[in-house]
Order: sequence, then C-alpha cells, then structure tokens
Amino acid sequence: MENFDVIIVGGGPAGLSAAISAAHAGMKTLVIERGDYPGTKNVMGGILYTKATDMVVPEFWKEAPLERPIIEQRIAMLSGDESILAGYRDPDWAAEPYNAHSILRVKFDRWLAQQAEKAGVMIITETLVEDLLYKNGNVVGVRTGRAEGDLGAKVVIIAEGVNNFLAVKAGLAKSLKPATVAVTVKEIISLPKEKIEDRFCLDEGQGATIELYGDSTAGMMGVGFIYTNKDSISIGVGAILESVVREHWTPNDLLENLKAKPYVKRLLQGGETKEYLAHLIPEGGYTHVPRLHRQGVMVVGDTAMLMNSLNREGSNLAMVSGKIAGEVAAQAIKAGDVSDQAMAVYESRLRDSFVLKDLHHYRHMGKFFEDNPHLLKIYPKMFSKAAKMYLTADGTPKKQRQKEIIQMLFEQRSKGGFIKDLYGAWRALL
Amino acid sequence: MKLDDKLYLVRFNTDKLSHIKINDPKICLNQCQDKPCTRICPAHVYDWDDEEKRISVGYEGCLECGTCLIGCPYGNINWKYPRGGFGVSWKNG
Repeated sequence: MENFDVIIVGGGPAGLSAAISAAHAGMKTLVIERGDYPGTKNVMGGILYTKATDMVVPEFWKEAPLERPIIEQRIAMLSGDESILAGYRDPDWAAEPYNAHSILRVKFDRWLAQQAEKAGVMIITETLVEDLLYKNGNVVGVRTGRAEGDLGAKVVIIAEGVNNFLAVKAGLAKSLKPATVAVTVKEIISLPKEKIEDRFCLDEGQGATIELYGDSTAGMMGVGFIYTNKDSISIGVGAILESVVREHWTPNDLLENLKAKPYVKRLLQGGETKEYLAHLIPEGGYTHVPRLHRQGVMVVGDTAMLMNSLNREGSNLAMVSGKIAGEVAAQAIKAGDVSDQAMAVYESRLRDSFVLKDLHHYRHMGKFFEDNPHLLKIYPKMFSKAAKMYLTADGTPKKQRQKEIIQMLFEQRSKGGFIKDLYGAWRALL
Repeated sequence: MKLDDKLYLVRFNTDKLSHIKINDPKICLNQCQDKPCTRICPAHVYDWDDEEKRISVGYEGCLECGTCLIGCPYGNINWKYPRGGFGVSWKNG
C-alpha cells in the first residue's frame, strides 16, 4: 500500500486549495478525483471571488482562465411579465484588486489542478473513493474503487462535494434532506462578445451578474441567475428540493420559464445552448454544518455545508476551508499528533474566519424562509403592483394614488403580517 | 428547447453497469402515489412504465446531481456515483 501524508478526496476548489496548502507545507499530498480530470464533474453558477482565490494562488488573475471581472451586480424581482430592478456598478472592479470573476469550471479547475501539481501534489483521476480505511478505530487512509486500491494517509480531507457519502459513512454528517438542498440547473448559451457587452452595457471584457427572485422560481425559495462569460452566458435556476417536490415542478421547466420571461429573453436572443448542467447546492446553513473533524479527518467545502446563498458565496468559503484544513493537516503531521483534538484547530480557525461567522450570522434564515413560504410569492407581486400604480400617469393625483397603494398593500397583507415579516426578515438577515 | 435536445449536448462516457438501482419496485407500485422522481430529476432519468408497472431508469443520461437520492420520499433509490472515469464529463462546467 502506498502511503501519503495527506489524501484529499475530490478535486474541486476546496480539495485543490487544501492540496496546495498541504504541499506548500512540505506534505506528500495526493488528490483523488473521480472525473477524467479535475473540473469535468464540477458545476457551479460561475462566480469566483478574488480574495479567497488569491490566498491560495497569489495573483492568480494574471494566469488563470477567467471569463470576465464582475463590475455590476443586478437584482431583479419578477412578477409575471413585470420586473423590478436594482443594481450596483463599480468600474473599479474591472481592475486589480478585483472583487469577483465569472468562470467556467472545466477550464478553471483544470488550471487550479495544474497549480497543485506544480506545488508537488499528485493527482489520481478516474478513481472513486469508496470508504475510509480504519485501523484500531483510527483513520489510516482510503479505499478506492480500483483493484488493490487502498492508499495510506496520516490525514484524509473530505472534499467530495455536496453529495456527502464519505462524510456520512465516517459518522460525521447526516444524509441530506429535501429541505437542505437546492436542485439547480444551468445552461451555457453562446453569444458573440459584442452582443454581450451591448446588452449588459459593458466595456470590453467587463462582466455583470443578475440574480432573479420571485417568479424566476415560481415563488419557491430559490433564485435564478444570469452571469456573463467571455462569449457565452450562464443562466440557471435553483430552488429548495422540498418545494420543487411539493409544487410538482421539474427543474428544466423552471429554467425554460425563466428563459421565456420578457426581461430575460431579450438578453439571450440569438444565443445557442452549448451545455445543460445540473447540480445540488447545500442550503442547510449553520444548523446543518456536520461535525467538521475527527481523528485524522477534516471535512471541507460543500461537504461541510459551507454555503452562504444570500450573498451567493460558496467557492470562496470552500477555498478558505480547504486552505485552512491543508495547513492544519501539515501542522498536526509535523507535530506527530493527528488526534481529534489536533484536527479541532481547523474548526476553531474556521470559527475565527468569515466562513463560520457568516453562516452563524444567517443561522435563522433557512427556517425563516421555510416557515414563511409566502414571502417570495406575494411580495414580488405586491411591489410590482405598487410600482405600476405609482408610475402609471393616468391623471390620478399623487396623494390619492399613494393612499390607494397603501390600501392595496394592506389588502394583500395585514398590518400584523407586515410587521411579522419585517421582524422575521430583520432577525434572519441582519 | 426540449430536454432531450439539451441532453444531446452533454458528453457522457457511459458505463455498461448501471449506477442506479430501485431498491424495492413494489414500493413504487403500491406505496408511492406521487412518484416525484419522475419530475425532480433534471435529466428525466426516471419514468413510470405503465405496462411493466415499474419505474424505468435511464441511467445513461444521469447528470450526477444526486437529487433523486434525496428527493425519493421512500429512500427507495440506490443512487451512487458511477465508477471512476465513467458518467458525465462536462465540457464547460
């Protein structure tokens, strides 16, 4: 049996970040990836955050295959054919130090894997890890699907993605539930650069994002998204699986509905679909974060439920968790102590970072939306109606119109209901 | 755009062995009225075969998201990842 210091299961942003930091600390490091190369099994909406990535590969933007730096983030609330829009644009984001870029994972993850290899990491592909290896109750490596596929390790880092098979087998995580995942589908639609830049009012090379709420998910808890790539657009929609089951939707119909919305249709017009993808997003939040460590094991990235969907942050949480886990693994191995207590340093460092702080901050959010399924159904409609009444110039004096609007709002939702929603939102989000 | 046309764009390295199994077809027939697997799978891998009275599984088109495993109300779908090197292989991601 071949032995390593650190074995990492999974070649996504979390796993590769862990590998790079472990290798930099002098560890003999192996990444085991089930795809034919890191990236070919990996899916996300498509936004990569600069700060977290820079911590793993300094000044990565000079070399990495990125699509466009994001200079504008729009939010749309859809109600039928109507939309309410808000956004923030800062052209400074088009230059260093940047904030975020759109990426395509097959290209980016491949590049990140090459950086890991440069750092001395060994990568085995087309190999599925089936279980951890134990000796006297201690984790001593992994069992792969290959013949004579046992590999030894002092520390195993589980970065297997949202489907947490190994973490469950190791007794660290519970099986996922329909309420703790969002089923998400995405299309990549090719469009000429100039068309993208014209339609999104961008200078050459700049990028924009739009998150769409309300009817983008048929009022279900979830979000639609549109991200500009170099010469394509990523458009997708995700919703909590429990509601998709209950409301008898199919993911592809949701996406087709979104694509048919007047505001969206025009942005995509003339484009050609290049790929259709599906993925789960871990949405359990803080209360569903699994046990993050045990003797010789740490859990990172999506497997650890590290996802802040309100701010659309996931890849950065994954990379920071991976980087810390790689460092902790190296320290523990050098000190000759890979006990649960030694691995616990990983969790305390995550707690000191924005990763678990942000999840903790939003810890009531999942339940708030779960308990109030009306929010994304009635508010977009109410706000659209209010906007239409306010902005339609039909000769009604404004004072009277404002009264009518307030009356309309209270017909849709009682004063007590508004206060309850507002208090709930304040508690969940602030 | 039709789902079949979209799936046509996806690259697969199809295994001869299925990575998906229905644990107990009787549960689908007798207990599961709703059959959410036939709707929630983004690739429509699951279909109710009315003649055979069972769920047919087109594992070849599986996009490996895991939705079926979590969404089946009876925990009746044994869904694993395909063997190493097999299954979906994204071109863009």
